Amino acid sequence: MPLPAPRTNVRVVTLNINGQDLSAREDETVIELCRENKIPIPSLCWMDGLSVVGACRLCVVEIAGSPRLQAACSTRVREGMVVQTSTDRLRRYRRILVELLFAERNHVCSVCVSNGHCELQWLAQTCGVDHVRMPYRGVGYSLDSSHEMFRVDHNRCVLCTRCVRVCDEIEGAHTWDVMGRGSGCQVVTDLAKPWGDSGSCTSCGKCVQVCPTGALVKQGTSVGEMVKDQQFLSILARRRSNR
Amino acid sequence: MSGTMSSDRAAGSGGKVTVATTWLDGCSGCHMSFLDLDERLVDLAELIDIVYSPLVDTKDLPEQVDLGILEGSISSDEDLHKAREFRTRCKLLLSLGDCAVNGNVPAMRNPFKLDDVIERAYRDNVDLHPQIPTEGVPRLLDKVRPIHGVVDVDIFVPGCPPHADTIHYVLTELIAGRTPDPSRVTRFGA
Amino acid sequence: MNLDDLADLAAKYRNEAQEPEIEVRVCMAASCQSSGAVPVLDALRAGCGDKPEGNCKVKGVGCMGLCSAGPLIAVAPPAAPLEEAVIYRDVTAEDAPEILASAFPGSTPVERLRCPTDMPFFSRQHKIVLENAGIVDPNSFRGYVMAGGYAAMVQALSEMPPQDVINEVTTSGLRGRGGGGYPTGLKWSTVAKMPAGQKYVICNADEGDPGAFMDRAILESDPHRVLEGMAIAAYAIGANKGYVYVRAEYPLAVERLKTAIRKAKRAGFLGNHICETQFNFDVEIRLGAGAFVCGEETALMASVEGGRGQPRPRPPYPAEYGLWGSPTLINNVETYANIAPIITNGGAWLAGIGTEKSKGTKVFALAGTIVNTGLIEVDMGTRLRDIIFDIGGGIPNGKGFKAVQTGGPSGGCVPEAHLDLPVDYDSLKTLGTMMGSGGMIVMDETSNMVDVARFFMEFCMDESCGKCIPCRTGTQQMHGLLDKIARTEASRTDLELLEELCEVVQATSLCGLGQTAPNPVLSTLRYFRQEYEQQLG
Repeated sequence: MPLPAPRTNVRVVTLNINGQDLSAREDETVIELCRENKIPIPSLCWMDGLSVVGACRLCVVEIAGSPRLQAACSTRVREGMVVQTSTDRLRRYRRILVELLFAERNHVCSVCVSNGHCELQWLAQTCGVDHVRMPYRGVGYSLDSSHEMFRVDHNRCVLCTRCVRVCDEIEGAHTWDVMGRGSGCQVVTDLAKPWGDSGSCTSCGKCVQVCPTGALVKQGTSVGEMVKDQQFLSILARRRSNR
Repeated sequence: MSGTMSSDRAAGSGGKVTVATTWLDGCSGCHMSFLDLDERLVDLAELIDIVYSPLVDTKDLPEQVDLGILEGSISSDEDLHKAREFRTRCKLLLSLGDCAVNGNVPAMRNPFKLDDVIERAYRDNVDLHPQIPTEGVPRLLDKVRPIHGVVDVDIFVPGCPPHADTIHYVLTELIAGRTPDPSRVTRFGA
Repeated sequence: MNLDDLADLAAKYRNEAQEPEIEVRVCMAASCQSSGAVPVLDALRAGCGDKPEGNCKVKGVGCMGLCSAGPLIAVAPPAAPLEEAVIYRDVTAEDAPEILASAFPGSTPVERLRCPTDMPFFSRQHKIVLENAGIVDPNSFRGYVMAGGYAAMVQALSEMPPQDVINEVTTSGLRGRGGGGYPTGLKWSTVAKMPAGQKYVICNADEGDPGAFMDRAILESDPHRVLEGMAIAAYAIGANKGYVYVRAEYPLAVERLKTAIRKAKRAGFLGNHICETQFNFDVEIRLGAGAFVCGEETALMASVEGGRGQPRPRPPYPAEYGLWGSPTLINNVETYANIAPIITNGGAWLAGIGTEKSKGTKVFALAGTIVNTGLIEVDMGTRLRDIIFDIGGGIPNGKGFKAVQTGGPSGGCVPEAHLDLPVDYDSLKTLGTMMGSGGMIVMDETSNMVDVARFFMEFCMDESCGKCIPCRTGTQQMHGLLDKIARTEASRTDLELLEELCEVVQATSLCGLGQTAPNPVLSTLRYFRQEYEQQLG
């Protein structure tokens, strides 16, 4: 948690976001204030209740007087701050960031268990990504179904590290972490052992709930697993006719 | 790149917008979704003239077409040839559906070697007379690509398949000379 | 202990050492060792023992600069500077008897091995940071003290309140030598102003730019100088613990640093009650495991703490929230090596050297297609042309000059047309490149600039930590596009996409690695755009 702990004695500041005057507690971040006031800012790694990592860069905003763009999640409000959250330039940048995410792994929405409930899919739509200009990397990733309740499909992971943080900060198990570097990064359970062999996992399922995509899912939710048991019918019918 | 239909439409269609469609490596589901326009097809027929399509009898793509609609991804020599032909002859080119837009299911073979994919399909999973077809079928390309991976595309309509309402919206906008914004009504996997 | 006590100590050391009439100094830095300096030193040592006629001593020293001519040997009276020495180049063990025979005054030097010291490579340099390099034995604490070492620290501890130390550093106008050029005095005073309590001093020795070896040479040649600078910094800001973060790929530097820390502690110049004062300062070494990103200060601190070497958003800056949440001062090796002379000579002295906004000297590592590959130190404001053609000796094999890359993978290239620009932090920025840590890679006319951009992009792609999207995937896509251009398969649309990606990665990346990764592409596009266009399919 990089941001210093908020003081107990907080003051209130006023600032301007997209031309709108707003008041905020001094210990709030720009993204928190935006969410509070229904000002849309796309984000992926940020999640209310988890520590801030500032990794997805989708929430970058323009702040008057600052030469660089700042991530709204890792920027605290300041008195007199003037923020723009949705300029043409920001929208163009976000579009490319989403395109980069799609091109990185193998996101095939049509056959994904999270189709229709996926934050990445939703981000693509809201950012106007109707196609990806870069070539997809086309590197195959593994799928780990060894856990009796859950499954991880690395093809669909966006490395937001929500699972890593919720497991460490909320559940206190720290089963998840990240290995490798660059595009070789991958989330791992217990020093890259199969999830099912993990001694630290408490099977609480928090990671599955916070995962924005279909990378972490409950077992039994994919199309192929929808096996019907219709044996009961013949048994019932036989019993009935034997009556 | 995205454009509108210009006013000088191809001659010989009685002022109607000429449309050509075809399917490449796809399941034809997007064409089925087009047919799901149902009674709206009757109104549409007043405005457009389908000059080439799996849905009509014409065998040859005319020299000039107003709007080309491609379903499916580029997976073989033939797909590549068709896409290039469409690009040359159509004023506007539309990628219809996820396969055309991002490769979708056909592109799921990309992480694997082509030879392995062929072995898997034609030998490993075949009980009777396994053989790899070589004659009368187009050669598969090493990697599956979306349409815009090989030719320029003007409009992208994602969805698997895009809903009939989406297709209706996009076509209506184009016919009216406006630029549609497909993200308003559809998304990847929709 | 005060300065007089230290002078007495140095005199005592000198007495005990029984200084010889003549010293044969053998460069024992990594580059000369790799070209065979160890057998040369052994042969000289063996030969020296048999010489009863004169008082001669063979001594291993640090870098003399002209690495391409190694192994280098300097024959000189003790403590004499390099210019007054007889320097021999490309020495082998077989040459040892001949060198020893001609070592004493009055005899004729071995002309066939001689390296002229009046050449611009030696005469045009100005050595402040490297003043002891090639003269003192880096493994000898006594040697450093005899050369006037630790005087600055003793002076600071015995005569100056911390604020005075900071004032001198501020007056000197010294700016961070790691690349950013942030004013050192300002950084120190920020950390000093944080409430008293646990504070840390870190020395960033995770030098990773391709073609850069300044920090390695400083640590291998004069490790005590860096420790002294760190101790002065710790005293000034109120820290009692320091870390040197050095990459494990520098085993020799690590070894010498370890020796230096051990010997300084034993002599009471590090540890508790330093020089009989109330000041405590302990230094530990932390080894980097080979990640370029750990040169970024927040990633470096994460690594020191034992975590994954990944950067985090700033602010809060380390000065406020650093190691384990405590205020932390991070400076580069060369910055610390500048501190002792600033204290000894006063800040105004350094402020008199260099340009208006960049004071002092800068160490550069000359590499690539250049005659005199090696390490140099020149005044800020020296023209690039003088560095490359005078000091560097120009381009070998009669080839023409094309460009020089400064600032490593974060910098850019400078073409012929801008060679007359005086080098400082700000002038390089206007050319679209940066000072960086001091690597200079010279390229001749045969270099393909698309390949150059692709090389640096591949470096950034491999070194991205993978935390933020633009750097992790953007560098990869840019590399793919550069590769496509190099294969002459790219279209104009691809070139436009490349430029757009450059803009996004620069503007949105989390840390400096990603923010500067597009620089080699942008700068080659700026000066050599036609090469890109020619290669479009």
